[in-house]
Amino acid sequence: MSVDFIRVCRATLTKDLRLEWRSRDVINAMLFFALLVVVIFSFSFDPTAEESRHIAGGLIWVAFLFAAVVALNQTWARELRNDVLDAYRISPAPANALFLAKAIGNFLFVSILELLMTPLFVVFYNLRVLGSASSLALLAALGTWALVVNGTFFAAISLRTRSREIMLPLLLFPISIPAIIAMVNGTTAILTGEDSARFWLVLLGAYDVVFTTGSMLLFETVLHAE
Amino acid sequence: MNYLYAAYAAAWMIHGSYLGLMWKRYREVKRERDALSGGL
Amino acid sequence: MRRAFPILAVATLAFLGYAFYAAWFVAPTEQTMGNVQRIFYYHVPSAWTAFLLFFLNFVASVQYLLRPSEVGDKIGKAVALGIAALTCVGAFLIKPLPYELEPGAVATTGIMIAGIYFLVRGFFSERGTDILALVSAEVGVVFCTVVLVTGPLWARPVWGIWWTWDVRLTSTLVLWLIYVSYLMLRKLSTSGETPKLAAALAVFGALDMPLVYFSIWFFRTQHPQPVIGGGGSIDPRMLRVLLINWLAFLCFASLVCWLRFQLETMKRDVEETQALEALLEPGALR
Repeated sequence: MSVDFIRVCRATLTKDLRLEWRSRDVINAMLFFALLVVVIFSFSFDPTAEESRHIAGGLIWVAFLFAAVVALNQTWARELRNDVLDAYRISPAPANALFLAKAIGNFLFVSILELLMTPLFVVFYNLRVLGSASSLALLAALGTWALVVNGTFFAAISLRTRSREIMLPLLLFPISIPAIIAMVNGTTAILTGEDSARFWLVLLGAYDVVFTTGSMLLFETVLHAE
Repeated sequence: MNYLYAAYAAAWMIHGSYLGLMWKRYREVKRERDALSGGL
Repeated sequence: MRRAFPILAVATLAFLGYAFYAAWFVAPTEQTMGNVQRIFYYHVPSAWTAFLLFFLNFVASVQYLLRPSEVGDKIGKAVALGIAALTCVGAFLIKPLPYELEPGAVATTGIMIAGIYFLVRGFFSERGTDILALVSAEVGVVFCTVVLVTGPLWARPVWGIWWTWDVRLTSTLVLWLIYVSYLMLRKLSTSGETPKLAAALAVFGALDMPLVYFSIWFFRTQHPQPVIGGGGSIDPRMLRVLLINWLAFLCFASLVCWLRFQLETMKRDVEETQALEALLEPGALR
């Protein structure tokens, strides 16, 4: 990667992080939304401690998925409002440096959400990790990247559609199904300590490689297609 | 046996709906084409 | 083609009628399942047709993205030829093939993949590949819907359950979801370059499918559940009727695709002319 690429990437990323730090809009919205989802789920299911370890994986990732969509939907909103995208199209800056910066930004937002929400889940469902906690951290990182890389890409595709906010989940959810299966089952495997999560980690790794490559290759096309 | 009839009927209803949709859209496009001044 | 259409349409209808007759009266009655099993003669060919159409969509989308640039076009051709070469060589060198595949079948599949790529490239212009992608996705979703509706109607009387989340059914459902989302993007997108965006989505969807299959397969080996419509050998008389029905549906699908292609071409021509007329004065184009 050229110096240009890294420079553009870092500049965009620090700008987004600084803007978000000042207003904290996205983080607050995501946090509250995730909390609401958790509470509503707890009315739908009333598990014992043993059961909750089996279903917590699914509940947690559904909550994170919905909350991530909140973050993803605003990925390009600022750029769109201020005609920044046009400037980007004309500039010689590599398009996928912009994409990578946005994806990493989203990754950080959603990761912060996960770190803040996890203690809450542990409390509400009386969870205890019976398996390896470091595997769980790796699984969470790979899974979050899987959601965020495709989400950022589809957010760009959805920019010029009617009902933009609903188009993103419509496109993202079907394609994310293998990643969601891996995240949920891997988490359950680690929480219950019953199975090895190795297959799921490898699958998520493969998923991440395939779709990061695909997004980086095709983002330029998508950016110019607006 | 009822399931057999239902399955074959459902299959052709699905195909038929699609063909019907196409026909409806064809009529619309044809109307628009004829409405173009002088036509293509 | 336009002049031949009425004859082809009548011939296809006759073929479909014959295939229906064969499915109901010629094929022997299944021992354990009874007459309900005859749904199989519509369910399986629809699935194969849907998969073929979705593959066509993939090829057309890839070409729409690659062909505008010379480098891209060369890469596309090289990859297609490479797939054919690799499968032919691998089919006969790797002994034995995994999953009990036949060398002849593997080599033929590889050659057909390359063949389809070059046929599409030869017969369709760049705009044509975009229309082909749209058409094959739409007709593919129609056939996939037939699969998802006839499947449970067959499963319920035979295995007692409408649905099970096994590998094949779930993968087919996910495939259907991905292509419905593709069609929604096509319909709701207001960008001027929707075809490019849709092509990117189609490529993503195609890349996703092996991962979908693997993830569900592994989950099911860990948490097995009843499998419906399992494999096993098939009576040659039934196989013959199955192939007759598949051929009939392939002809039907080709005709429907051709009709939709003509309709879409006409629609785009009208839209272009409308746009031009909005710029110039009416009647200036006569």
